[in-house]
Amino acid sequence: MNSPFVVPENPDSACQPPSAKDFLVDRTFRALARVGVVLVLGVVFALIYEVGRKAVPGMENHGLDVLLGSVWDVNQGKFGILPAIWGTLYSALIALMIAGFFGISMAIFLTQDFLPAQLAAVFRTIVELLAAIPSVVYGLWGIYVVIPAIRPLTAWLHSELGWIPFFGTSLSGPGLLPAALVLAIMILPTIAAVSQDALTGVPMRTKQAAYGMGTTHWEAILKVMVPSAATGIFGSLVLGLGRALGETMALAMLVGNANNISLSLFAPANTLAALLALNFPEAGPNEIEVLMYAALILMLITLVVNVIGSMFMFYAQRGNK
Amino acid sequence: MMRDLTSRTDPVPSLQRKFEGRALRSLVLTTLVWGGALLASVPLISVLYMLITRGGARLSLEVFTELPPTGFETGGGFGNAMAGTFVMVGIAAAIAVPVGIMAAIFLAELGPDSKLANATRFAAKILTGLPSILAGVFAYALVVITTGTYSAPAGGVALAVLMLPIVVLTAEESMKMVPKIMKDAAYGMGCTRTQVIWKIVLPTGMPAILTGVMLAIARAAGETAPLLFTALFSNYWLYHEGNLALMNPTASLSVLIYNFSGMPFDNQLELAWAASLVLVLIVLFVNIVSRIFGKPKF
Repeated sequence: MNSPFVVPENPDSACQPPSAKDFLVDRTFRALARVGVVLVLGVVFALIYEVGRKAVPGMENHGLDVLLGSVWDVNQGKFGILPAIWGTLYSALIALMIAGFFGISMAIFLTQDFLPAQLAAVFRTIVELLAAIPSVVYGLWGIYVVIPAIRPLTAWLHSELGWIPFFGTSLSGPGLLPAALVLAIMILPTIAAVSQDALTGVPMRTKQAAYGMGTTHWEAILKVMVPSAATGIFGSLVLGLGRALGETMALAMLVGNANNISLSLFAPANTLAALLALNFPEAGPNEIEVLMYAALILMLITLVVNVIGSMFMFYAQRGNK
Repeated sequence: MMRDLTSRTDPVPSLQRKFEGRALRSLVLTTLVWGGALLASVPLISVLYMLITRGGARLSLEVFTELPPTGFETGGGFGNAMAGTFVMVGIAAAIAVPVGIMAAIFLAELGPDSKLANATRFAAKILTGLPSILAGVFAYALVVITTGTYSAPAGGVALAVLMLPIVVLTAEESMKMVPKIMKDAAYGMGCTRTQVIWKIVLPTGMPAILTGVMLAIARAAGETAPLLFTALFSNYWLYHEGNLALMNPTASLSVLIYNFSGMPFDNQLELAWAASLVLVLIVLFVNIVSRIFGKPKF
């Protein structure tokens, strides 16, 4: 008998080796936990596999025409997603610029002793609540609040500065700018939260050393704290970009669903996710295969961005240790 | 030789501060971040204000019990959509919570540094960044095409894909917070690993695990994109003529808001705002409850 346990000599001892039942339960439970892990991995593989497999017919039938074409006409059998790719990147970048500015300011504001702790907690809750509101509600709010609110300003910009390509058209309802603004609000919490973590991760003594050299509050922030936390802050921007690229509902409701490539902020546009949301429910088999192709492209873009973002976060965490 | 401390010749530094450019810059930047923070709070206040004034105006008991109106019909509500949301979030939780917690147990306790664990952690992080519409595409390919119909389980599977990574990552963190001495004490008494997990790790980590589950539920309840072409929408009750019609298109609050937001009828629009208010209240309620649960106790 090679039992791994020392069996006590006194049979009445409180110390007893695990019974056969304990053994069995233990093994089963551990096997189940392993099954759980494998299932999580399996979901990711199945996801990539299923979307990839369903995209193959679309790739075979249309090839690069889908990526380079700019007309989407079901009746003619023309499916081009170039405008949607352009709109996805353009709207995400504008949203990232706005949300990056506000998000990083917010992170500095909340971590660098501008506020008493209770007030900082209030602002932190506000930012967290922004993340909790469903995107479809933002879409509804965007249609009935944001678009009417920015319309006078956009009309003025278009009439006065219309020669700048960004203001080249007038805003006639849905368009890129309202979509990007709402998108910015939606990714602000991600950027603010991750940047806050990065800033609080900078050791106290770094800041004390800066103060000791006679810097002002802001010199310490801009020349010491932000550069020290730069990797994490940059990671927050990349993760925010990843969210912006994949966001669906607010864009489907606000971006205008028009297949044109324009620099104008006020022109209606389209994004990959919005294209999927708007066309999928009523699509025929021909259209479905192209939509699967578009889904694959969207997945690849967000996958690359998210992997880069995770890598930055990984290095940022390692740097703090 | 003593230095004469009283006969100091260098001039005493003036206490009067000269104007410095960098002080002005600090002031400008401070004003800027204050302005930015206040401006960033405007959207939340505006959203809540609109929800309360426009959604609150329509809120009554009948919106919870009636079916959605069609066309020029007056009255109506979104009772079936609320039921649909609860059913689909329930299905998603029934899939994602057990799988997620089992996976988290492995990640936190059984093989934290194994290759399998690292790969799974990476996979879960990738899943958190997955655009929600792709979860819908996946469930469409997996469930809708296979069963041949839009259904509540298809919507539930799509939501489960989104809940899973949140449950896994938060549950792992919660279990890692359980003090090592408690586990060591249990091992020292001869517990098997399963006994340690069941009697020490899970009970101690439970509040934090529940917080993660609640957050996942709140996220799933608000999702629209994954449901658009998995559950679709329906103008009828799930419970139809005495039997549960799960394998049929199913209504949900979020899709109802989306559908009604573009309609030219005032009645539908009012209902969209009222449904938004209800949805936000549900999501915020779950969020707040999870915060109360999740207060760290040690």
